[in-house]
Amino acid sequence: MKRIQTLDTRDLEKSVKNGGCGECQTSCQSACKTSCGVANQPCENKKNEKESK
Amino acid sequence: MIHTYKLGGYNIVIDVYSGSVHSVDDVAYDIIEMFETHTEDEIVSAVTEKYKDRGDVNENEVRECIADVKELKERRKLFTSDPYASIASGTKFKSNTIKALCLHVAHTCNLNCSYCFASQGKYKGERALMSFEVGKRALDFLVENSGGRTNLEVDFFGGEPLMNWDVVKQIVEYGRSIEKEKGKHFRFTLTTNGMLVDDDVIEFSNREMHNVVMSIDGRKEVHDYYRKDYAGNGSYDRIIPKFQKFAKSRGDTGYYVRGTFTHRNVDFTRDLFHLADLGFTQLSMEPVVCAPTDPEALTEEDLPKLFEQYEILANEMLKRKKEGRELTFYHYMIDLSHGPCIYKRINGCGSGTEYMAVTPWGELFPCHQFVGDEKYSLGNIWDGVKNEEVRDKFRKCNVYSRRECDDCWAKLYCSGGCAANAYHATGDITGIYEYGCRLFKKRIECAIMMKVAEMTEGDT
Repeated sequence: MKRIQTLDTRDLEKSVKNGGCGECQTSCQSACKTSCGVANQPCENKKNEKESK
Repeated sequence: MIHTYKLGGYNIVIDVYSGSVHSVDDVAYDIIEMFETHTEDEIVSAVTEKYKDRGDVNENEVRECIADVKELKERRKLFTSDPYASIASGTKFKSNTIKALCLHVAHTCNLNCSYCFASQGKYKGERALMSFEVGKRALDFLVENSGGRTNLEVDFFGGEPLMNWDVVKQIVEYGRSIEKEKGKHFRFTLTTNGMLVDDDVIEFSNREMHNVVMSIDGRKEVHDYYRKDYAGNGSYDRIIPKFQKFAKSRGDTGYYVRGTFTHRNVDFTRDLFHLADLGFTQLSMEPVVCAPTDPEALTEEDLPKLFEQYEILANEMLKRKKEGRELTFYHYMIDLSHGPCIYKRINGCGSGTEYMAVTPWGELFPCHQFVGDEKYSLGNIWDGVKNEEVRDKFRKCNVYSRRECDDCWAKLYCSGGCAANAYHATGDITGIYEYGCRLFKKRIECAIMMKVAEMTEGDT
C-alpha cells in the first residue's frame, strides 16, 4: 500500500485458538516489580510459530 | 477501536483488538481519522482541500487510499471490533494453577531507604529470615500446584535476600535436585541492593539465576539521597563497583539495573544515561509507588516533564542503536510479532492466582506488594490457599473487569494495570491507578514508535 506500511504483528484474534498455555514469564516478577505491562513478555508457546504464518 | 498518534516524525495507527500497527503518511492519517465518521465523498473533499498545494494528492490518490483503508478493515487489521469480551470469563481464566512465587527470604535489610514500599524490608511487621525448611516447602507447594506448567519462576526477594544467602543457595540446590523427577524447570531470579555482592554471589548467580535485578537509582546524588545505610551514609560508592563486576560477568545477559525515580528526579533519563556510562546496558527505571501526600510522590506538574523524558529516552536509544551502543529499557521491550497471546493480555500478571508471594513464615499473599496486609492473606504453603474469596477476586480482576479500561486503546498492552497500584490508589484492586495509566500509555507510544522507526530504517 502506497501510504500505509503495516508492521509484522502477532494476530491477536488467531491467538484465541492456541494461546493460554501459561508458560510465559509472570509479568513483573523479575524486573520492575511495580507495574503490570505484558507487552514485553515473549510468548513461549511453540504453536505461536504456526499461528503467525 | 484504533489509536492514532504522531511521534518522532511518524504517524502511527494502532488497531487495538487485532494488535496491528500501521505507519502511515499524512494523507492516510487524516483519512483514517475521518473514516468512521464521514462519508467517502466528505473525506475526499476535505483531504484534497487540505493538501491542494501538493502535487501527489488528487481525488484518485485519496480514493485509492480510502480503498486501502477499507481493505485493512475487511482483513480485520483496522477498526476491528472487540471479539474477546466473552472469553474473558472462559475456562482458561478459571485455573488454580500456580507458576510463580516471590520468596521473601529476608524481611530485613541492610539499607534504610526512606521510599521503600516494604518499610525497610519489614513489611510493617517483624524482622525475619526464611528458613530452608520453609523455602523447601515453598518449592514443593509450587510444584504440587503447577499442573502441566513446565517453567516455574522463583524470585528471591526481600528486604535484602543476600542477608539470607546460604538459605537461598540451599533452596536453589533443592530445586535443581527435584526438577528432573518432577518434570519442571525452575527459573530463579534474585533482586538485590548489592551491598553483600561478592565473588561467591556472582559465581553462584551466574550459574543458577535466570535473571538478576540490581537496584541502583542512577546518579550518585540521586541514589544516595534515598538509598542510605542505617548510619545515614549513601551506598553508591559501595555498590557500583560490585554491580559493574556482576553485570560484566553475566556477559551482559540476564540482568537488569533497576532504579526508582521520584518527584526529586523527574529528569530520570540523566540517571539512565549515567548508568549506561557506567557500562550497564539492560535498564529499568520505575516511577515511585507511594502515597500522594509523600514528598517524593510524582505530581500532576511532573507529567509533561516525564512524557518529555520518555521521548528523550526513545530517541537516544534509537541513536545509540545506530551507533552500535544499544541499550535495553524494560518498558520499551515490545515483541510485536511473537508477544503475548490474548489470554495473557487480558489476564495480566496473574497476581493472587498464578503468582503469589511467600513470607519468611510461609504465609501466602497475592503478590509482594500485598505482604503484611492481613486482609489479603491467602493461606500458607502447608495448607494451601484458604481464602478463596480473595483468590476469586483476583481471578476476576482483569482488563474486562475494569470499566475505566473499556475505551482505553492501551488495555491489551497493560492488561488493566497493577492490582496493587490500583488498590493503593483507589482502595480496590479492580480500580485503576490513573497516573500510572498515563505514564504507561506514553511508554507504549514510545516503544511502538521505536519499532516503526526501526522498520523504516530497515527499508532505507
